[in-house]
Amino acid sequence: MKRQSRDSINDIWGERSPHGPEQPWPVRVDEALSDDPERWVRGTCVLCSNGCGLDIGVKAGKIVGVRGLATDVTNRGRLGPKGLHGWVANDSPDRLTKPLIRRDGQLQEASWDEAMDLIVQKSKQIIEQHTSLGLGFYTSGQLFLEEYYTLGVLGKAGLGTPHMDGNTRLCTATAAAALKETFGSDGQPGSYEDLDVTDCVMHVGHNIASQQTVLWSRILDRLASPNPPKVIVIDPRRTFTAEHATVHLVPRVGTNVAVLNGLMHLIIQAGTVDKGFLDAHTVGYETLKQTVEKYTPEYVEQLSGVPAAELRRAGEILAHTRTLVSTVLQGVYQSMQATAAAVQVNNLHLIRGLIGKPGSGILQMNGQPTAQNTRETGADGDLPGFRNWGNPEHIQQLAKLWNVPVNKIPHWSPPTHAMQIWRYAEQGSIKLLWIQATNPAVSMPDLGRIRRILQQEDLFVVVQDAFMTETARYADVVLPAAIWGEKTGTFTNVSRTVHISCKAIEPPGEARSDLDIFLDYARRMDFRDQDGQPLIKWHDSESAFEAWKECTRGRPCDYTGLTYEKLLAGSGIPWPVNEQHPDGTVRLYTDFVFPTSADYAETYGQDFDTGAAVTAEEYKANDPKGKAMIKAADHREPHEVPDDEYPLWLTTGRQVYHFHTRTKTGRSKELQDAAPDAFVQLSPEDAERYGIENDDWILVESRRGLVIERALIGNIEPGLVFIPWHYGSWDDPSRPRAANELTITEWDPVSKQPHFKYAAVRISKYDAKAAMPQGLLGRAVEAVQGLVSGEAAPATVGSKAQGPQPKTTQRVDG
Amino acid sequence: MHVGNYLGLARGSEQRLVDALTKVAEHHGDEPDISETCQLLASWSRKHIEHLKPLVEKYGEDKSPEPANLETALFHGPRTGSLALMRDLHDVWLLTQQVQLCWTVLEQAAQGLRDDELERVCQECGKETKRQTAFFLTRIKQAAPQALIAAS
Ligand code: SF4
Repeated sequence: MKRQSRDSINDIWGERSPHGPEQPWPVRVDEALSDDPERWVRGTCVLCSNGCGLDIGVKAGKIVGVRGLATDVTNRGRLGPKGLHGWVANDSPDRLTKPLIRRDGQLQEASWDEAMDLIVQKSKQIIEQHTSLGLGFYTSGQLFLEEYYTLGVLGKAGLGTPHMDGNTRLCTATAAAALKETFGSDGQPGSYEDLDVTDCVMHVGHNIASQQTVLWSRILDRLASPNPPKVIVIDPRRTFTAEHATVHLVPRVGTNVAVLNGLMHLIIQAGTVDKGFLDAHTVGYETLKQTVEKYTPEYVEQLSGVPAAELRRAGEILAHTRTLVSTVLQGVYQSMQATAAAVQVNNLHLIRGLIGKPGSGILQMNGQPTAQNTRETGADGDLPGFRNWGNPEHIQQLAKLWNVPVNKIPHWSPPTHAMQIWRYAEQGSIKLLWIQATNPAVSMPDLGRIRRILQQEDLFVVVQDAFMTETARYADVVLPAAIWGEKTGTFTNVSRTVHISCKAIEPPGEARSDLDIFLDYARRMDFRDQDGQPLIKWHDSESAFEAWKECTRGRPCDYTGLTYEKLLAGSGIPWPVNEQHPDGTVRLYTDFVFPTSADYAETYGQDFDTGAAVTAEEYKANDPKGKAMIKAADHREPHEVPDDEYPLWLTTGRQVYHFHTRTKTGRSKELQDAAPDAFVQLSPEDAERYGIENDDWILVESRRGLVIERALIGNIEPGLVFIPWHYGSWDDPSRPRAANELTITEWDPVSKQPHFKYAAVRISKYDAKAAMPQGLLGRAVEAVQGLVSGEAAPATVGSKAQGPQPKTTQRVDG
Repeated sequence: MHVGNYLGLARGSEQRLVDALTKVAEHHGDEPDISETCQLLASWSRKHIEHLKPLVEKYGEDKSPEPANLETALFHGPRTGSLALMRDLHDVWLLTQQVQLCWTVLEQAAQGLRDDELERVCQECGKETKRQTAFFLTRIKQAAPQALIAAS
C-alpha cells in the first residue's frame, strides 16, 4: 500500500500554515510510505543541514517510509522532497555488501579480516618509513558525531597525524571561519526560532528555497502571515528564493564584499548605527567605518553591477529594521573573499546591535547535514570542543583527557586542510588516503587533477562507502558501510540543535557502521594511552557519546547535560546543554559576552587576504576580553575573470531534488525522475548570441576541462552560465557532465574553502562532431576515458558511443 | 645626509622582493595558495615602490648595488620539489626581513627629520611588509614537517 501526504515533487514546500504574532509555528505532519509499517523508529533526516525530525517506518526488516515528527522544533512534522523520498536508497540493489580489495587491477571480494589487515599493514609500513605524516583522512558531512569523534581521537592521539579533513571543507569551512573571526568561536548566534518573529530576513548567496526546503516553508509561512517580514536576497541568479524577495540584489559573481560594504555604508549614512552597543560590546568599528566610506552606491554599482537605486532600497530596509535574521551560504563561502564577505554579514548585525535577541540572529549556514559535528569533534582538522591549536593550554586539556603526551597531538600549525591533503598526495608525501562517505571524484574542483591523483601508483586509496561511487572505482580497498537508518548516532544542525537518529534495520550483507570500522582499526593498530590502556575506551555509539560529552565540558559546545534518553524524549535540543542550561540554549550571546578572551577563544584569527595566523602574543596585546571583533575588508577581484578566450562566467550550485553527488538521491526514482540530468542555464541574450535554443547540446569549456550539457534558457544574467554540480558518471558515463571538470583549484586564504562559484568558460553549440575544433574530440574522448577508468566501466558505455542523448526534459529548477 | 642611500636600498630591496615573489608565483603554480598570494604580495611591493618615488625625488637616491647582491645571497630559487618550496619560502621570508629593516631605519630618520610624509609611508608600507612576513612564516610552519620528514 503506497501512501503519501502530498506530492512533494511538484508541491515542494506544501501548503501554507500562517500564524499570528506570538503564535508558534503550526504543526503539519508529512509522510510517504510504500507499505504499512509494523513499527516506527526515531530518526532524523540527513539529506540537508536542516536536520528534520522524523520517524522511520519499518516492516519485515525493511524501511517502508518516513513520517515527520510533530513534536520536533526543527520541522514540526514537515518533510521536503528529499526527506520524503531519499530513504529508498537504503534498499538499492547495488549496495556494497562485502569488502573489496584490488588484485591484479580488479576490485575483488574479500573478508573483513583481509581488508582491515591490509589497511593496518599498509599504515604500519608507511608510519615505519615516513611517520604518520604519510597518512591522510578525508571524511564526510554524512557521518554521525560519535563516528567523527572516534576518528578525531584515533587520528590525533592514536596516529598523531595533522592530515584530517572532511568534505565539509568544500561546503561549510567558511561558516566556521567567519564565526571564529567575529565571535572568537564557532557556533551560530541565532536560531531557527528567530525566523518566526523577525521583521526582516536577508539571504546572502543562499538559495534556501532549494537547499533547505522545510526551513523555507517556515519563511513562506511567515510571508503568508499577518506580519510578513521583508526579504532581501543577494544572488546572481533568479532563484525560487529570489522570486519572493522584497529586494533582490543581483551582483556579479565574486563581488559580495563590495555589496555588503555598500550596505554598511548606507546604514552608517542613515545614522542608525547602535553606538551604545558598539562601545560596550565590540572592537574595531572605526576601521570598518573608514573602510566602507568609499563604498557609495555608485562605486558599488561599478564594482558589482548592482544598480545604485536597488542597493539604496536594501540599505533603507537594513538601516531601519527592528530585527534581522541573516543567512549565508555557498554563494559567499565558495566565492572570492569568502571569509571576508561572511564576516561582513556579522559586522552588519553588530553595527546595528541586532544579535542575541529574539528575531535577530546570524545563521552562517551549513551545506551538509553533519558538518557542524566535523567542526566540533576535530574530524575536519579543527581541535575537538572548539579548542585553539595555537593555545598550549587547550592542547594540554586534550592530552589529559586522552591520557597521551602533549606532543603526540599535532599542533605545530593549523591542521592540514583538504586541498593541501590532496596536494601532498599528488606530490607523493601522503601515501595512504582514507576516504569515507564522500565522493571527491565529483565534488572537488578540477576533476581531471583529482582523477590523476587517485590513480597514482604510489597512493593507497581506501574508500568506505555504501555504494560504488565514482571515487570508489579508484580505490585499493573498498569497505562497505552502513548508512542512516542502519546505525544509531547523533548530529547537530545549523540551529545547534542535537538530534538522535536510530538504527531501524540491519545493514545489508556484511556492511558495517563507520563507528565499528574505526573502532576495529584502532584495535588492530593497538593504540594505547600513557598507562598502556587502549586509547579508545568506548565500544558503541552511546559510550562514544558519553566520552564526547567529557571533551566538551566547559567549552562553547557543551554537551554535558545531554543523554540519549533525553534526545529520544520528543525533540532535538540545542547546545550548550549543561547544569546551567538543562534544556538547552535557543540563542547564544543574549548577554552580549562573546567567547573572544585570549584564554578561551577558538582562534587568534587570520589575515583575510593572506591567511597569515595572528600570533598569541599579538592577540593577547589587544585581548578583546569578551567583545565581538569587527574586521573590515576591501573588495578584491576574483582570481580568474572572463577574457577574449573564455568570455563567460560559470557558476555552480544545487537543485531541490539532489544531495551532494546523488549517491543516495540519484537512487530514488522520484527524485531522479524529477531532476534526471545536469544542464547549462544561460540568459536569452547569450542564447541568441550563440544561436542556442532550449535543449540544444552545449559544449562548455574552461582552461581545465569540458562538459557537454543541454541548454536551459532564462532566469540568469547575461554573461553568466550555471551548471548544477551533482552529476557525475556512475549512472551516465557517456559524456563528461560534472560541473567540477571546469572549476578552479583556488581557495579562500582563511577558511581554505575552494572557489567553486566562478570560473571563466566559453560555450558553443555541440552538434556535429565534424565541426569540432582541432584537438577537441581528443579532449572529449580523454575526459570520458578518465570517467570510466578504474573499475570496469558500467555496461551503458557502449550503447551511448554515438554521443550524448537527451534523457527526459529537465525541470526548471530555481 | 644619507637618507637617499637608504631610500635606494629600500627601493632596490622592494624590487628584488617583487622579482622573487613573481618567480615563486610562476614556478609554484601547482601550489595555488602560494601562487595567488605571492602575486598579491608582489602587488603590494609594487605599490610601495610607487610610494617611494616622490621621496626619492625629494632626497635623491644613491643607487646601491647591495640589493642585487642581497638577492643573490638570499634568494636562490625557484627550485622544484617539496623541500625546494620550503627553501624558496625561506629565502623570500629573508627578503621581506631586509625590506622591513629598511622601513625601520627610514622611519627613525623620518622622525629625526620631522618628515611626516616619510614617516607615514614607512609605517604604512612597513605594516604590509609585516603581513608579507607573517604569511611566509605561517606557510613555512605548515609545510616544514611534511617537507623535512615525509617528502621524498
Ligand atoms: S529540509 Fe533537509 S532535513 Fe528536512 S526533510 Fe528536507 S532534506 Fe531532510
